[in-house]
Amino acid sequence: MTPTPEQIADMIRSHLPDADVEVRLYSGNDHFEMSVISAAFIGKTRVAQHQMVYAALGEQMKQAIHALALKTAVPKEQA
Amino acid sequence: MTDSAQQQIDQVVKGNDVVLFMKGSPDFPQCGFSQRVTAILNEYGVPYAAVNVLLSDAIRQGIKAYSDWPTIPQLYIKAEFIGGCDIISEMHASGELKELLAPLQKDA
Repeated sequence: MTPTPEQIADMIRSHLPDADVEVRLYSGNDHFEMSVISAAFIGKTRVAQHQMVYAALGEQMKQAIHALALKTAVPKEQA
Repeated sequence: MTDSAQQQIDQVVKGNDVVLFMKGSPDFPQCGFSQRVTAILNEYGVPYAAVNVLLSDAIRQGIKAYSDWPTIPQLYIKAEFIGGCDIISEMHASGELKELLAPLQKDA
């Protein structure tokens, strides 16, 4: 079952409660585009930041999500 | 996933300065994300080894375990996992990729 953008955003927020998450579909119903801004990313490499997002998505990332264009960032005032 | 796939991946990653695991080949990418990364790499004129994961399911699954990264393409520079399409695109735009690749460019 493919999650909706809102379900994906909720999964991220349950792992990164402070996260500012935006998710939208850019093609079909399983190609997602997402930006995640969280203080939890401070001091982490981009690879580590993306891995935290993938971990939050768990099995969904491997199964139902066909493509995910991802951008991560730390909050501006803390960058 | 087999240990021999992990060994093969490790050999390629450590035996080449720049390695791209991709779907298809640089001349004929078979995925838009792989295509975008080859287009970026080609701008720098840096020689790189390309591994077509579509030719081996053991490699295709094995590379995801190797880097703990769920998607392909994956770029390695000097045996370090740099990122997938999104990160490479960001680093290309920011100039970070240029800095990483500058020492590896062939003399003109």
